[in-house]
Amino acid sequence: MQPFRRHRGVVAPLHRENIDTDQIIPKQHLKRIERTGFGAHLFSDWRYHPDGTPRPDFVLNQEHGRTASILVAGKNFGCGSSREHAAWALSDFGFRAVIAPSYADIFRNNAGNNGLLVIEAPETVVQRIADHAHHKRPYELTIDLEAMTIADEFGLVASFKVEPFRRHRLLHGLDEIGMTLMHEAAIASFEKRRETA
Amino acid sequence: MQKLKTLFDRVWDAHVVLEREGEPTLLYIDLHLVHEVTSPQAFEGLRLAHRKVRRPDLTFATVDHNIPTTSDERFHIKDQIAAQQITALRRNCESAGIPLFDVGSGRQGIVHVIGPELGLTQPGTTVVCGDSHTSTHGAFGALAFGIGTSEVEHVLATQCVAQTKPRTMRISVSGTLPEGTCAKDLILDIIRQVGTDGGTGHVIEYAGEAVRALTMEERMTLCNMSIECGARAGMVAPDETTFAYLKGRPYAPRGPAWDQALERWRSLPGDEGARFDRQLSVDGARLEPVVTWGTNPGMSAPVTARIPKPDDGRSASERAAIRAALEYMGLQAGTRIEDIALDRVFIGSCTNGRLEDLRVAAKVIRGHKIHSDVTVLVVPGSEAVKQAAEREGLDRIFREAGAEWREPGCSMCLGMNPDILAPRQRCASTSNRNFEGRQGREGRTHLVSPAVAAASAVAGHFVDVRGWHYKDS
Repeated sequence: MQPFRRHRGVVAPLHRENIDTDQIIPKQHLKRIERTGFGAHLFSDWRYHPDGTPRPDFVLNQEHGRTASILVAGKNFGCGSSREHAAWALSDFGFRAVIAPSYADIFRNNAGNNGLLVIEAPETVVQRIADHAHHKRPYELTIDLEAMTIADEFGLVASFKVEPFRRHRLLHGLDEIGMTLMHEAAIASFEKRRETA
Repeated sequence: MQKLKTLFDRVWDAHVVLEREGEPTLLYIDLHLVHEVTSPQAFEGLRLAHRKVRRPDLTFATVDHNIPTTSDERFHIKDQIAAQQITALRRNCESAGIPLFDVGSGRQGIVHVIGPELGLTQPGTTVVCGDSHTSTHGAFGALAFGIGTSEVEHVLATQCVAQTKPRTMRISVSGTLPEGTCAKDLILDIIRQVGTDGGTGHVIEYAGEAVRALTMEERMTLCNMSIECGARAGMVAPDETTFAYLKGRPYAPRGPAWDQALERWRSLPGDEGARFDRQLSVDGARLEPVVTWGTNPGMSAPVTARIPKPDDGRSASERAAIRAALEYMGLQAGTRIEDIALDRVFIGSCTNGRLEDLRVAAKVIRGHKIHSDVTVLVVPGSEAVKQAAEREGLDRIFREAGAEWREPGCSMCLGMNPDILAPRQRCASTSNRNFEGRQGREGRTHLVSPAVAAASAVAGHFVDVRGWHYKDS
């Protein structure tokens, strides 16, 4: 997993509530057996016409949207299906972080397992970032996971919280399975206890 | 004095492998269900890291999301990419020694239908699957939740998941559900009240006399859609209804082991007075048949109501969401829901594709003809459900009315197979999600109960099934 320490990048605003994983990666693109290649289909029903041509009014088709690496969105981002393809598609497109007021539980875990930082920010901060991203293009933010701050060049400085274990894993790009397997003895003794119970 | 425990506390505590300060808990998993769409990358990850499946004996697989529902194509899939996922699952199960309930085995079906019907899902167990509707299995008093593919890989390798302990919420439903309403209407009503994210971070326990009175299949419908209000899981305390359902199922304990299991299961319900982080009371006696009108499962109204106006929203973002939903759905504010005409009806899915659902729908349709403008797909949730329904002659009732009787799978619930809506087609669906494009790009999905779906198929528009003219014989 790619570590996340500090990142500066262009912000793409998609300020709607309840963006579900069916929108992030529609079902017709779930049939691959690899973890890669989903970026081209990210938000595909919103991003392309039925004939496959890009819709110019969609943010990721606009000049600064194409190179964006930070997505700002409304509350309950990533609700619905457990498909990790949603996190893969965001990462594969080039997103390193999402900023929203809240996230669905499964999406939050999936993002963490793919080095995608999800930042929970108050609605007022999200609104301010979304407004800037609309009006000051390209609008860039610097995210510092060590200091847990986001900042822009126009005086915005906001701190955020991430659970310590998530932060630790992201900072070091740690594989959760490897970490769990270090507790093999505890798992084996749990199994033994249950068999004899 | 010992701390009073909820049902959730008991199941959680019994599965803790390791608790670490500031880290998620390692929780042991009793049952891992696997399907073709969310598992190939997990098996690939294991191979790349030279890791093995730790407990193939606690892992069971089936094919459901991709599988076509016509009798010839399910054995000869035309979509080569879908076929590749199914081939990958067969190969992965064979090399890891994981039992696979494949097409034609008599046990294939939607993963959340077959787990319970095979007796794999048992009270007090932990169940995971790479599918958000895993919450279904909570109907048995199991702690069951959906996980992503990296977590699927984690469970395959370690038989554990790393989880932060969720908070608890109890939803008590009083009274008796009125004739013409069912668990589907109840959960849609609950989601509307709680909101699409009101349950985030929580495990819901459904309680109260209305829940006690539900059959196991209805409890599964209730728990199934817990995820649609953001909850991690839904649970119902096991009781005699649960035990009667499980007895004699292929994987249920037998002989002395059954008696021991019963003793264990009877001790699972929460202590009187145990604390929940949140409580909600619902008056079940006031329930009406519910229809969703928008693009998430929280956007719903009684079938007798009218489509809301954007101005009905309580905030600017809610008003914007209503406006966007009405535009996508092609609906005018103020329209009577019963005046909305339909193109398609889908009866099936892990929410409402079980035998009782099909019986209810068949009872409504019996002796009637499907409206000439409507195409109806009836898709049993599993091969076992299909066989049982055919033994009762339900297939004939549907066919004679003009509906299509299909083979088991997820079908039109998510349209990863050939069953999809054409753009702007309007569908009354017994499934669980009405998101934009869920059943096909630009498709318009309204979530309803099996009874409302069946009555609406006959009428050609939504119908208040409480006044239905049943032609019983």
